Amino acid sequence: MGAQLRVYRQKIRSAQTTKKITRAMELISASRIQKAQARVMQSTPYSRAITRAVSAVATYSNVSHILTTEPEKIQRAAIVILASDRGLAGAFSSQVLRESEQLAELLREQGKEVVYFLVGRKANAYFSFRQRPAERVWTGGTDQPVFETAQEIAGAVLESFLRDYADGGVDEIHVVYNRFVSMVSQVPHVVRMLPLEVVEGVDEPGEDEVLPLYEFEPEADKVLDALLPVYIESRIYNAMLQSAASEHASRQRAMKSASDNADKLIRDYTRLANNARQSEITQQISEIVGGADALSSAK
Amino acid sequence: MASSLLQVSVVAADQEVWSGAATMVVAKTSEGEIGILPGHEPMLAILAGGEVRVTTEDGSKITANAAGGFLSVENNNVSVVASAAELVA
Repeated sequence: MGAQLRVYRQKIRSAQTTKKITRAMELISASRIQKAQARVMQSTPYSRAITRAVSAVATYSNVSHILTTEPEKIQRAAIVILASDRGLAGAFSSQVLRESEQLAELLREQGKEVVYFLVGRKANAYFSFRQRPAERVWTGGTDQPVFETAQEIAGAVLESFLRDYADGGVDEIHVVYNRFVSMVSQVPHVVRMLPLEVVEGVDEPGEDEVLPLYEFEPEADKVLDALLPVYIESRIYNAMLQSAASEHASRQRAMKSASDNADKLIRDYTRLANNARQSEITQQISEIVGGADALSSAK
Repeated sequence: MASSLLQVSVVAADQEVWSGAATMVVAKTSEGEIGILPGHEPMLAILAGGEVRVTTEDGSKITANAAGGFLSVENNNVSVVASAAELVA
């Protein structure tokens, strides 16, 4: 076998093994998207109930709460970045990181200091490679987030929100994550979580829908005290679930195009290999014919 | 109010634990035990003890454990919301 042919065969084999891996990852992600989406759906009643309750307290009572009042001067802002633990998911992590870089740029222009809370190994790697400090890092389980992690993150950001600026606390908290729009579209999304802009999206009461006059037990501000951290938790949990669903969808798409690409490579190399084999045969024939000619004329 | 049933849902962070029609809900808030019958005024309360007892439409009783959550009542809709909730057999 000619050297050329051997090289082509090797390339074909390598593309075939890569394709096996990418195909398997594609199928795994495809099956996990369904589960991730189901979890987003299952958490909706909870976040809807909480959002409703928070909006009820906020609209009915005119208590001002530390979590909802805007500080006079915002000096330091925190960005929570929800990336993934593993790569091979297309632009999933990089688009979130890019979005947060833009946000950080914007905040710095407004004269705010920026600190980071990172979720996911990819975000951590990005920061440690650039030797930039992060306030806190959570890794592991980004593809199947559990509520406990959301509670932990919410606890940490609340704690630093409630701390004074002088003690290293922050005055503003933003969350950047990939929002799951559809199977083919996941867009990076920024929300300002604290101070709360009470109730956006989910279940906003209509203009004509008057929220009932609530009785609070105990007082309205105590209820708000207990409710707002829970609200933050549920918002973060929701963001994490969406991010997980996006991760799977994004990985599935990336792996699909990788498999398609491998297919194309295999096809191209097969053509080239056939070509090489044919020209090898042609050459051998002409050598034999030439040799026979030489022999017969030498007689 | 004309309708004499409560629409109850018990919700945890990751799923809806139970929902259905009920005649009475008993829960323990931070101020003490409270019983909710149809036609109760809108209310928002913080739950203290975890146990919530629901008497369903057909008279059977369901007990759910929902520690550290809250309870909201409006228009005969009762939601019991907690980060972790489960039915107790």
